[in-house]
Amino acid sequence: MRLDVLKAMNSARAERRAGAIVTRLADGEQRFVAAERIDADPLGLQLEGALRMGKSAAVSVEGEDYFLTVQAPAPRLTLIGAVHISQALAPIARIAGLDVSIIDPRTAFATPDRFPDTPISAKWPDEALAEAPLDRYTAICLLTHDPKIDDPALAIALRADCFYIGALGSRKTHAKRVERMRARGFDEAALARIHAPIGLDIGAVSPAEIAVSIIGEIVASLRKKPLRAESAAA
Amino acid sequence: MLTRDEDVLAAAESWREAGRDVAIATVVETWGSAPRPVGSHLVIDGEGNFLGSVSGGCVEGAVVEEAAEVIAEGAPRMLEFGVADETAWRVGLSCGGRIKVYVEKLA
Repeated sequence: MRLDVLKAMNSARAERRAGAIVTRLADGEQRFVAAERIDADPLGLQLEGALRMGKSAAVSVEGEDYFLTVQAPAPRLTLIGAVHISQALAPIARIAGLDVSIIDPRTAFATPDRFPDTPISAKWPDEALAEAPLDRYTAICLLTHDPKIDDPALAIALRADCFYIGALGSRKTHAKRVERMRARGFDEAALARIHAPIGLDIGAVSPAEIAVSIIGEIVASLRKKPLRAESAAA
Repeated sequence: MLTRDEDVLAAAESWREAGRDVAIATVVETWGSAPRPVGSHLVIDGEGNFLGSVSGGCVEGAVVEEAAEVIAEGAPRMLEFGVADETAWRVGLSCGGRIKVYVEKLA
């Protein structure tokens, strides 16, 4: 592999940009193709498919074998609320391979003592999310039970096309939330993307069990089908 | 801490920048039950240190040996492992799958 090609790939990763390395297996000839340039590439069609699935793949084109090493941004998880569930969810999600961060403007909750291994921001969500924008490779959980904190984050998440949006609260709580978001101008298709009540139905009771049900739902959203935004764009 | 394939490629870059000889092994095809998916990487340096995984431990030793030759010769090579392989008595995949591993020098 050429060092310059590898560097292009690694810097795309650092900036959360998608792309792929194309290697002709017969002789090792190589190039890096950024996601926004795939249309102009001779293997555009194959690259499009591999990037949509977020998976590296071997392809055969006109008798030549190629390998596409795909770089899709690492999935992230943003937790709104430095609450009890978050204390279990942050480490579980990290083990599952997600980059976790927490936002909670209530400084009594948002302390490094409670979350020793997780980046935590005590800013309001609109401010914190302006610094670290959400994208389609990000999952978000709204866990504060406080509309003043959850709602602005939810609005940003819906606009950013996060691959998973989960909101804590009963069906009744969620019905009120949907009402408020409707008033903010979100349509039914957008509101249907919110997972609420949050998590898979595994009968979870304790905060740790609820965390397990949430991570299961996030993994299903990530793996069971192509990322929603990407399949819509295809 | 589990190592992700992206971290493995980041390590390949920093090892090379530090002046070490580096080879990258990539799973390019799998048949049947294979321990690691297509796109998994193993990065090997000139001393035989390695990071990542192409088979969860079954054939890493053989890949590291081949990587030393790729580093010395420069040309990439394709390796195949599986129970049907004649090398099965030496190294192979106990799970019964087959994998193809592309090994290339980072230059």
